Amino acid sequence: MIDETVVLLSRWQFAATALYHYLFVPLTLGLSFILAAMETVYVTTGRPIYKQMTQFWGKLFLINFALGVATGLTMEFQFGTNWSFYSSFVGDIFGAPLAIEGLMAFFMEATFVGLMVFGWERLSRGQHLAVTYLVALGSNLSALWILIANSFMQAPSGAVFNPLTMRMELSSFAELIFSHDAQAKFVHTSIAGYVTGAIFVCGISAWYLLRNRHVELARRSFRIAALFGVLASLGVITLGDALGFVGGQAQPTKLAAMEALWKSEPGPLPFNLVAFPSQSEQTNYGEVQVPYALSLLVTHSLDGSVPGIDELEQRAEQRIRNGIPAVQALKALSSNPDDAAALATFRAHEDDLGYGFLVQRYVADPAHVTEADIARAARDTIPPVALVFWSFRVMVALGLAMLAFFVLAVLYTLRNTVERQRWFLWLAVWMIPIPFLANEAGWLVAEMGRQPWTVFGMLPTWMSASTHGVAYMAFSLAGFVLLYGIFVVVEMYLMVRAIRQGPDGPDVEAPFTPDHAPATVLPAGNRGP
Amino acid sequence: METYLILQITWWLLLGVLLIGLAVMVGMDMGVGTILRYVGRTDMERRVALNIIGPHWDGNQVWFVLGGGAIFAAFPLIYATAFSGFYVVMLVLLWSMIVRPLGFEYRGHLDSPRWRAIWDWALFVSGCVPMLVFGAAVGNILQGVPFHFDWKLTSSYTGSFLALFNPFAILCGLLSVALSVYMGASRIMVGAEGAIRARAQRAATVGASAALVLYAVGGVWLRMISGYTLVASPAPGTPQTPLQQTVTQAAGAWYANFSAHPALWLLPALVFVALVAGLLALRNGRALLGWWLGALGWTGVIGSVGAAMFPFMLPSSSVPAQSLTLWNASSSSLTLVWMLGFTVVFIPLIVWYTSWAFYVMRGKVSEEQVAADKHAY
Ligand code: HDD
Ligand code: HEM
Ligand code: HEM
Repeated sequence: MIDETVVLLSRWQFAATALYHYLFVPLTLGLSFILAAMETVYVTTGRPIYKQMTQFWGKLFLINFALGVATGLTMEFQFGTNWSFYSSFVGDIFGAPLAIEGLMAFFMEATFVGLMVFGWERLSRGQHLAVTYLVALGSNLSALWILIANSFMQAPSGAVFNPLTMRMELSSFAELIFSHDAQAKFVHTSIAGYVTGAIFVCGISAWYLLRNRHVELARRSFRIAALFGVLASLGVITLGDALGFVGGQAQPTKLAAMEALWKSEPGPLPFNLVAFPSQSEQTNYGEVQVPYALSLLVTHSLDGSVPGIDELEQRAEQRIRNGIPAVQALKALSSNPDDAAALATFRAHEDDLGYGFLVQRYVADPAHVTEADIARAARDTIPPVALVFWSFRVMVALGLAMLAFFVLAVLYTLRNTVERQRWFLWLAVWMIPIPFLANEAGWLVAEMGRQPWTVFGMLPTWMSASTHGVAYMAFSLAGFVLLYGIFVVVEMYLMVRAIRQGPDGPDVEAPFTPDHAPATVLPAGNRGP
Repeated sequence: METYLILQITWWLLLGVLLIGLAVMVGMDMGVGTILRYVGRTDMERRVALNIIGPHWDGNQVWFVLGGGAIFAAFPLIYATAFSGFYVVMLVLLWSMIVRPLGFEYRGHLDSPRWRAIWDWALFVSGCVPMLVFGAAVGNILQGVPFHFDWKLTSSYTGSFLALFNPFAILCGLLSVALSVYMGASRIMVGAEGAIRARAQRAATVGASAALVLYAVGGVWLRMISGYTLVASPAPGTPQTPLQQTVTQAAGAWYANFSAHPALWLLPALVFVALVAGLLALRNGRALLGWWLGALGWTGVIGSVGAAMFPFMLPSSSVPAQSLTLWNASSSSLTLVWMLGFTVVFIPLIVWYTSWAFYVMRGKVSEEQVAADKHAY
């Protein structure tokens, strides 16, 4: 049987490398579109300041991009190196979107990013603009396909188990890519990237305004980013709500954990604004509640209800009992694929195969499962409640805070009074880390809330890991931490340095008055220098 | 069943195309990294070399990413078993590869010679180590890898880490480094002039000559290595697991396909012809022609390994009966069909826009140009 420590270390390693990769991805997603927007203004108005802006933010984009690419390489191979059973069990389905991501998105993004950097003198303005759009499109397509893959793990659809090959196989490609979960996830996640890009540009522009440096560039960048950001943060909240709705139906345990809902009760349900969940006692301390709010949020009605953890645990127990014969039959089929009786038993119980696997964590031989093992396995189906609960609240609170920030930012910038609000400019600088935190918190909700499964209801996490020794895992985890630690120091250093240096060349003179503002259309004869 | 069989064979060929794409495109950039400190004596000369591949290395690297993704999608058992079995080696590969993007992107940010020297060495390591590992992995696969499955197909690797560095594997690793040096050097010759080009020409000559010798020695050595033969298994083109076969091992078995189909000898012949012709082309200063001949050489190398092993993909040395073959390791026919559809649409598109990118960036890179361009690496 697989060593629990190895599973734990594999989880830590995956979590560390994925969270790290995701420090760089959202900025790529957002900044690439902001670059495209700036360059569009440059190409349509011909004003050099927008070229300078595009090139300056492009430089920061590239510092970030290099690490996104570097850490992505690890991710691509980590399913095989560390989750080998997972990879062979669902690779037939899961591998496809990953490969398509390479074909459709990475090639596009990576090829055109080269031209975006080196092509300024060799491409016409229109061509260069098209190249910038293709980079943005490529990075967003990459998010689309990886999230389709991830959604299969959250809400598996379009797959059946084939006892002849002992793995899950694709049954409908359309179901895989058009799953509701995938759609909701893609829009929420990519727009969260736009929020990230917008805060980043606002924050750095605010810093220049505070220093009274590159003022023209900073004002214009601030305005574009603020407008972009207010729309994006409205979107991320609306779509986050939609994602909670879709996800709650697919994974009731995650929803119950997000809301720390230990007991099933009839609606209307109150929303726990604050609570201190205790996993062992299955209850909350220090609850602060808003009446009716949970029913409204998760069922979109005033008196709807969702199952609590006690009820979900009982259901899981039933499914575990039903799954044990499926595992037994599968074992018989493995040595003799023609065993008709075993096949019939398997077919009768196959929906609960994953639950049968769950209890194997405690007893390898399905014939020797005891009541105590079943109870333990049923208890395992509850994810770590406090962590999921609080990560969710952190994400939502930061989301609301960013919306408030952008509303103010838009008001100030449209009235041309940002520069007078020095406190607000400082706030903008301090907002820079906020979207990154919100993004990481969101992934903790999504991935920890899915526990104990890698593929929800089908494949337990403990089974998915590769059969390495503890020493190997300790070595690799330490190596990643060391290497990534060095990287982040180097990256931050270069980023801060590039920001301090500011844009190349002298500041482009282009007085920023309301009638020259980028939002207004200029008469043809009145175009800037 | 017929369609499944055809799909499997198609994907086996596509895997070959992909590996050739990887070896040629990524290998070329890694070759540049390997010889960077040799072809460029001064910082400016090194920058010229880096800027020749600067606009393209990221796009080229996607062949490597796609290699991972496509093996995952089309041969999940290979992806799972090989990458977890080769764990420490995979880590060495990844760790050396992930400093490469930083080497390109970050090197030019500071003027300090120490800073640049650090990244030069990083580019050297991330150039030759991955190619060494790539070749050594193939060398190990040819000898068989000690792994087995339990009833649910959980794989366990039972060999040691050091066993992966055996003499035959190292020979294969050096072959792949030599070819990558050849490709990288001929690419520099296409894009540079003067002293850099002259040094690159020397590096290319050494690379091609070494590759010729190593490939010949490897071929002879392979006769003595114990190869694998599939004696009995469920019919090809039917869904199956690797738990239902009989496999034997014998020295020289990897030559059986060549004896049965003598036309396959064209593949090793291609390696010799292409590399000798490549050496001549470079001597006459025909760098681009030399590069294409090198690509043909890679095609011959990868093709001949595939031909020797068919239908094996990952033989098990500890439990040969559980070896992975094309018949038991591929995805279901629905997945293969969809993936084929995407491949047929996107690979031509990728080739088209990649060629356009090379066309836009065509011409020589000079020191003056690099010094003047604020976007250059
Ligand atoms: C700037 C970042 C950001 C912000 C402000 C928000 N989110 Fe979010 N959220 C993410 C960034 C994110 C994310 C990183 O993109 C996640 C992780 C997994 C995913 O699909 O998106 C995520 C996941 C995620 C999930 C879990 C999805 C799953 O289980 O698969 C839910 C239910 C929400 N979000 C809901 C919300 C709500 C109601 C918000 C209201 C303010 C919100 N998010 C703001
Ligand atoms: C880049 C954003 C992502 C982040 C930050 C992230 C985060 C995490 C975290 C924190 C865990 C550990 C959960 C635990 O073990 O309790 C985890 C596990 C995992 N995630 Fe993600 N994840 C990301 C995206 C993805 C995607 C896109 C996939 C699939 C395509 C994926 C597949 C997995 C797998 C296979 C595991 C390991 C098994 C497990 O512990 O459940 N992750 N991830
Ligand atoms: C856990 C599974 C993941 C894998 C296997 C993975 C794989 C990769 C790889 C291989 C690269 C480098 C591509 C290149 O060479 O150009 C990359 C970069 C990238 N990935 Fe991921 N990734 C994962 C998670 C995610 C998620 C969840 C997103 C978005 C929501 C994402 C979006 C991107 C983007 C936009 C890039 C471009 C580079 C950058 O952002 O800096 N990835 N990823």
